[in-house]
Amino acid sequence: MKTRAAPYRCAGGLHPVYHKSLTAAAATIPLELPSTLVISLAQHLGAPARPLVKKNETVGRGQPLAEPAGFISAWIHAPTSGKIKAIDEQWTAAGRRATVITMESDGEDRWADGYPQPPLPADADRKQQIDRVAAAGIVGMGGAGFPTHVKLSPPPEKAIDTLIINGAECEPYLTADQRMMVEDADRLRQGIDRIRRLLGTPAVRIAIEDNKPDAVKAIQQALSSLDGDVEVMVLPSAYPQGAEKQLIYSVTGREVPSGGLPMDVGTLVENVGTTLAVADALDSGLPLTERVMTATGDALSQPANLRVRIGTPFDKIIEHCGGTKTPPAKVVCGGPMMGTALPSLAAGVCKTTSGLLLMPQDTVHFFESMACIRCGRCVNYCPMRLMPCTLSEGGEAEDDELLEEYRILDCIECGSCAYVCPAHRPMVQHMKNSKARIALIRRERELTKQRTS
Amino acid sequence: MLPLIVPLAIITSTAVIGLTGLGCGLLLAMAARFLAVREDERIEALTECLPGINCGACGMAGCGDYARAIIEDDAPVNLCKPGGEETLKAICAYLGIEAQAGEREVALVCCGGHNGLAKHQATYNGIADCIAAERIGGDGKACPFGCMGLGSCARICPVNAIEITEQRLAAVHPALCIGCGACVKACPRNLIGMVPESRKVHILCRSTDRGPVVRKYCEVGCIGCNRCVKAVGKKGITMDGALAVVDYTVPIEDVSVAETCPQSTIVVRDGRKENAS
Repeated sequence: MKTRAAPYRCAGGLHPVYHKSLTAAAATIPLELPSTLVISLAQHLGAPARPLVKKNETVGRGQPLAEPAGFISAWIHAPTSGKIKAIDEQWTAAGRRATVITMESDGEDRWADGYPQPPLPADADRKQQIDRVAAAGIVGMGGAGFPTHVKLSPPPEKAIDTLIINGAECEPYLTADQRMMVEDADRLRQGIDRIRRLLGTPAVRIAIEDNKPDAVKAIQQALSSLDGDVEVMVLPSAYPQGAEKQLIYSVTGREVPSGGLPMDVGTLVENVGTTLAVADALDSGLPLTERVMTATGDALSQPANLRVRIGTPFDKIIEHCGGTKTPPAKVVCGGPMMGTALPSLAAGVCKTTSGLLLMPQDTVHFFESMACIRCGRCVNYCPMRLMPCTLSEGGEAEDDELLEEYRILDCIECGSCAYVCPAHRPMVQHMKNSKARIALIRRERELTKQRTS
Repeated sequence: MLPLIVPLAIITSTAVIGLTGLGCGLLLAMAARFLAVREDERIEALTECLPGINCGACGMAGCGDYARAIIEDDAPVNLCKPGGEETLKAICAYLGIEAQAGEREVALVCCGGHNGLAKHQATYNGIADCIAAERIGGDGKACPFGCMGLGSCARICPVNAIEITEQRLAAVHPALCIGCGACVKACPRNLIGMVPESRKVHILCRSTDRGPVVRKYCEVGCIGCNRCVKAVGKKGITMDGALAVVDYTVPIEDVSVAETCPQSTIVVRDGRKENAS
């Protein structure tokens, strides 16, 4: 196994202040079981899951609470044993309202009948293994929440030759992936081995940014026993280095075509957390009921890396971290660049929640957005080589022809443009807004086409 | 005295241009006579009867298009909402027919929770547009059904009949409203409805949340207590889950029903009177 610097450098790239020292050296602590858990049914990309339980029903840990409502959807399991209190619509960590199951823990943390499931041997049938990953409710834990079993079953004509494990963690403040790599490197090795055997991938690349030397060292040690083409790639720290398309380019030099998927260039990217979840599901038979996240920010008394059950309310996490030092002005779910403002502290942790960030008043600024001054900084920094200035103006004018011509659908919403914009334009909101509108128009166009034909 | 000598070149050129002009003129005259498109003068006259603001409330591209549709496609004559009774009378008088005018409808914003009454759980610092805000989870108002007051309806209104009050709530001026319904489509939270102008009793809430939840975020939200429905004997107000809804097909005569509402969600407004003032 080799360690080397990544051979390519993706376009754009910022150097924000990372603030990772708040929690980088803090060992992950398991959070005590909360009395109430708030489990959103829309924790993943695609259709929200369909509830399987009723009010007042008693459930055991690992028991399925909701089933997938489509191909791109995922199972949701009870994070502990207890009683279902309510199923209604509430604010979720994703910043919008969705159906939510509220359950009360009985404190026993008893597994449901048949859980944990028996481990699957490494030479088990491929389909059986993928079904197990699906049944464990595993979704991309880096933030996008794309169902992992869909990713692991590419069509036969798309051969995957490189598996990339994403340990870049380029978002400022977050250190959950870093701690997982340091503490769980052995289990990570099992996960990597599982996924590469499952896909028959010859090459494995573990991508880590150079501001995490401890993670690089731990991974080197743990993976030295792994044979085959395995390499640790050290990337220069830059945002958004850990974004899927940027990572693929940095590691392999291949560019995912516009509108394409990583499998189109023979690659598959899995986040560190997801890889561990796959190892848990296949080697220990555990469904996804907990995750590691970072609770941090200058307004929090004791920032920490925590192992929390899915559905743990955010106010419990703040309480566990000793409350707030100064009144927070902004509470963000996820990192500061791509995270969403948290609408309610009563919402629960999702499978995709990588962090909770509490920013005090002096680090939060309210900007009056101005007209674009055509300085072109956003163009310099855009990692997708788009022209955010033109796109945001086109969005304001609702000029959909121009937006499609300038490839708005390629935008990854990383927020680099908004970060550097001297006119303080709400770029990301413009992009999200325009993308949603264009998607709506396309759907309508397709519907009319279906109706007329 | 100089002899009047006109050079041949001038004569020829004048003659050529003159004759060409004459020829072209004749051609045009003939074209106008034989290739003329027969314009139905009734269409023009009907267009004159219509208000001419091209709002599109009738479903046609504009007033001229509607006039053409009446004459050629037998479109109903009572589709013009801004024109109301007067326009209908003018059209009927011209066509020599009789038709009954429906009641004038005006837009109503079904939310009373302005900034003083409804709680905000966050401050919004983004695009000042309701549709853009709704796509990222709202403007920080704790009520997910309430008016965000970022003015998408006010901007689309062709006659500026919608005002965003200082307390960030959209308010329709019934006197100015032409009933085109553009705002109804613009509101991302479906808060605006078209109501007959004479109706006085309105329920200004669209929150389908349960009472205890509503109480937490709004002082004037409907808590679904059912008192108003009982007071009117289920005639004119019905329950939709935990939300009381006015059924505008049944007029409510007794305006005292508003006093039964513990949340003051029900308001009594005389649209006609506001118009007169």
